Amino acid sequence: MNEVCVLTVALAGTAAAILGAALPPSTRVGAAVMFTWVSCVAALVAAVSVLHSGHVIALSSSAVIPLTGVTVVLDPLGAVFVIAIAVVALASTLYWLGYASHGLATRSASCALPLFVTSMLLVPFAASVATFLVLWELMALTSLVLVLTDQSRREAARSAAQWYAVMTHVGAAAILLALVMLSAHSGGQTFADIEAHARHLSGVARGTIFVIALLGFGSKAGAVPLHVWLPKAHAEAPGPASALMSGAMVNLGIYGIVLVGNVLLGGGPVWWWLLVSALGVVSALYGALYAATSSDLKRLLAYSTADNMGLVLIALGASGMFAASGHRSTAAIAMVAALLLMVNHSLFKGALFLAAGAVQVATGTRDLDRLGGLMRRMPVTGVVFLVGALSVAALPPLNGFVGEWLLFQGLLHGLPTSNTSVVISVAVAVAALALTGGLTVAAFVKATGIGFLGRPRSEEAAQAHEVAITMRAGAGALAALCLVLGLVPMLVLPALERGASSAGRRGATSSTNGWISLHLLGLHGVLAPSLLAGGLAAAALMVIATRRLVHRRSHAWPAINSTEPWGSGRQVQTARMQYTATSFAEPLQRVFDDVIRPSRDLDVSHLAESRYYIERIAYRTSSDDVLERQFYRPLIAGVRWWGQRARWLANGSVHRYLAYGLIALVIVLVVVA
Amino acid sequence: MSDLARVMTEILVAIVQVVAVVLGGPLLLGLMRKVRSRLEGRIGAPIHQPLLDLRKLFAKQRMRPRESSWVFGAGPVLLVATAVAVVAVSPLATTRPPLGQSSDFFAVVFVLLLGSVFLALSALDTGTAFGGMGSSRSMTIGALAEPALLVAILAMSIPSHTSNLPALVRIGLTHPAVIASPARILALASFLVVILAESGRLPVDNPSTHLELTMIHEAMVLEYSGADLGLIVLGESMRLVFLLGLLVNLLIPWGVADRPGAVFFVVGLVALSLKVAVVGTAIAVFEVFTAKMRLFRLPELLAGGFVLALLGAVTAVVAR
Repeated sequence: MNEVCVLTVALAGTAAAILGAALPPSTRVGAAVMFTWVSCVAALVAAVSVLHSGHVIALSSSAVIPLTGVTVVLDPLGAVFVIAIAVVALASTLYWLGYASHGLATRSASCALPLFVTSMLLVPFAASVATFLVLWELMALTSLVLVLTDQSRREAARSAAQWYAVMTHVGAAAILLALVMLSAHSGGQTFADIEAHARHLSGVARGTIFVIALLGFGSKAGAVPLHVWLPKAHAEAPGPASALMSGAMVNLGIYGIVLVGNVLLGGGPVWWWLLVSALGVVSALYGALYAATSSDLKRLLAYSTADNMGLVLIALGASGMFAASGHRSTAAIAMVAALLLMVNHSLFKGALFLAAGAVQVATGTRDLDRLGGLMRRMPVTGVVFLVGALSVAALPPLNGFVGEWLLFQGLLHGLPTSNTSVVISVAVAVAALALTGGLTVAAFVKATGIGFLGRPRSEEAAQAHEVAITMRAGAGALAALCLVLGLVPMLVLPALERGASSAGRRGATSSTNGWISLHLLGLHGVLAPSLLAGGLAAAALMVIATRRLVHRRSHAWPAINSTEPWGSGRQVQTARMQYTATSFAEPLQRVFDDVIRPSRDLDVSHLAESRYYIERIAYRTSSDDVLERQFYRPLIAGVRWWGQRARWLANGSVHRYLAYGLIALVIVLVVVA
Repeated sequence: MSDLARVMTEILVAIVQVVAVVLGGPLLLGLMRKVRSRLEGRIGAPIHQPLLDLRKLFAKQRMRPRESSWVFGAGPVLLVATAVAVVAVSPLATTRPPLGQSSDFFAVVFVLLLGSVFLALSALDTGTAFGGMGSSRSMTIGALAEPALLVAILAMSIPSHTSNLPALVRIGLTHPAVIASPARILALASFLVVILAESGRLPVDNPSTHLELTMIHEAMVLEYSGADLGLIVLGESMRLVFLLGLLVNLLIPWGVADRPGAVFFVVGLVALSLKVAVVGTAIAVFEVFTAKMRLFRLPELLAGGFVLALLGAVTAVVAR
């Protein structure tokens, strides 16, 4: 049964890709989506059965990849990731059915998207170095094709793809190095071999491998400073692809860190996890800050992805630190919190990117300063975005709140029992978490309020219409799941606990009192999310009823009347007088001026007749990524300089190349001897 | 006591607390205005004037900007609903509020935040410059106040191993030394800064100004009228009373009912009113002698609050 599922995932995915490439435009997307669904459902069945029964799925075959063969194992940890990816993939492909007519029905896209989904679904199944790397590369390449979909129309897509290609391959090289070092030591290349031998490695070697793997997987997870590709690629990829990249692919970066750190190396000293936490704190703050000041809808979402992955890394790091200082129960809570934060992120960021894609389809722009008034014109998309935004902002009664609450409880209870370095880092983490939370709220009030509320700021926004039903359904399904998990997080917590315990963080963390309240085991922490939501709903109904009751006794009629807003005495108010995303973020930008260093440009042109009259004022401000400007640009310039200098080495003379070969051979012989 | 009787008592407690705060909020506003005017040499309106204002507002027609959406109407309702929900389950007059076991400090703060977020969204929904200005400024202040608030909660929660609100109040009754500990005092000082910022009092925002360029909260609610405006005034005053009530119960818990029984509950209610009135008067006196800070000086104030809270958290861990 399980073998059948695994084979179905791979075969249906391949079939979807072949059909997507071979069929005529009218049918290719439908066929590709059908087979991708089969693949997703098979993966879901396999993952749920693993989580339910606790038995791992294990398969191996020497026929598929020459020399090394394929080894497939699905443990509960992998199953959690498979489920998150499959859910986002189901919703995104449903959305793709409607989105296809907007430029995602090309042969290459219809072939790459199913392959992308299938390779992501299969990465957590991989249990040998070769299998893992093949799937990892397939995932990187197919997503690269998707980022390039719009390249003929958008110059920015080409540059984004370049950044993405370089960063993802530098990351892949680091992962390759780490895994090869591990397998060289253990003599075998399956993860089981590596796991058995890794504990005999010296501390320095283990630390080196972990750091290299952290850098490699961190670049996939969008950890700052390896995030530069993320705001570009996620923003330029078409709707469903960006939802898949942000909702599903970045998770695999986290998976990789857990795989190497917790499973293959079997945990490590405190400093590893301090490093992970530090990476998380930097990512969270940096991502939140840029999300708060960005005025491009999808760039904002992409920076928020870096921010959320930072939170997951903080939780992972805290879990490792608590485990290293011997506190198993808080370590388990922090690990469950990390997984919950990741699952939540998949759901809400998937919903948000799908809604942003719908906005782009309906208005042709992602610039918040040209949007507005969409809540009335696209009510379903608007509500989906609002739900996603409230969820990112960790507000009850949505799932983001439960995740952050669990993380806070883990940090709070882990704090008093740890040693000094852990205490200080945890206190800093809480502060960073809080500032991140505040900035995220500001960012998403801005995104929702400027993008969807108020009056349309451009003709395109004023003409917007609601998108196709499949697109609404795909995005709506993810938003509904956000609400369900916010009300009844107990639906997934047992599964996450199994996942955490297969990552070496054993220990039950929560006991559920029916479906209502969530008790942390052995600690004093209780949350009743559904009662909280019920109380809120009851209170809201009571307020409305009271207002109606009181009003009925007065004589003012009608009860509500629409009118022009007050314009300080002006007769005409235009939509341009509203605050824009840029002006909304201006106070925050000014507070954090030293960090963001935005570039401002003010052009005042005077009338020719007199300098006292101003003809035109042009004000430009841009907050491009400071790390990109200060670190990556000089780096690229340096590499280019080096490349130019090295050109004289290769002047086309065959004799010279033969000499190089001879010298290299001599050096190798000397070294070996 | 049977289950039914227990549930009925809990519901009754919730209702009485909510009613007390609904009446107490406007009265506190009236009291603070009265204190201000007396200190400024005016007689001032009677203390119950805000209640009369509310009655008038609720009878008036509501207006909404032509191009606003449902969010504009949802703002005031959610502002009051979130306040009602947290008041019902928090240890104000008694340490045994309904659902007390799950009345968590973090949860309460995030529920209140939901109300603020909807108010900021509905301000943007008006489609005017003022709405955006108020919304942007209040979100900036909120973002900067959040670190101070959450670290303050952390500092208070460490000694009692929980962020459960009734437990935090009760530990002050059973172990008074906890209240005198530097952790609790520093955290509460930081909490006070956050309360002033979140409820738009001086020196963060001037609640009695209508000068366009300086206002924050008033700019957000400029388009509201009639019953909606009434709800906003009510909601804001309920939040102020709630936060001050929490502050005094964490600082001076004596008087709060720790045992079941109607008498203890009434005593708790009276004690709460007195304590909140004293703190409210103190804030009003402070406001008379304080000028509003520039918006871009506020980060310094809030960073100060954050540092206090962080010191509190560190001393809480060290003291163990």
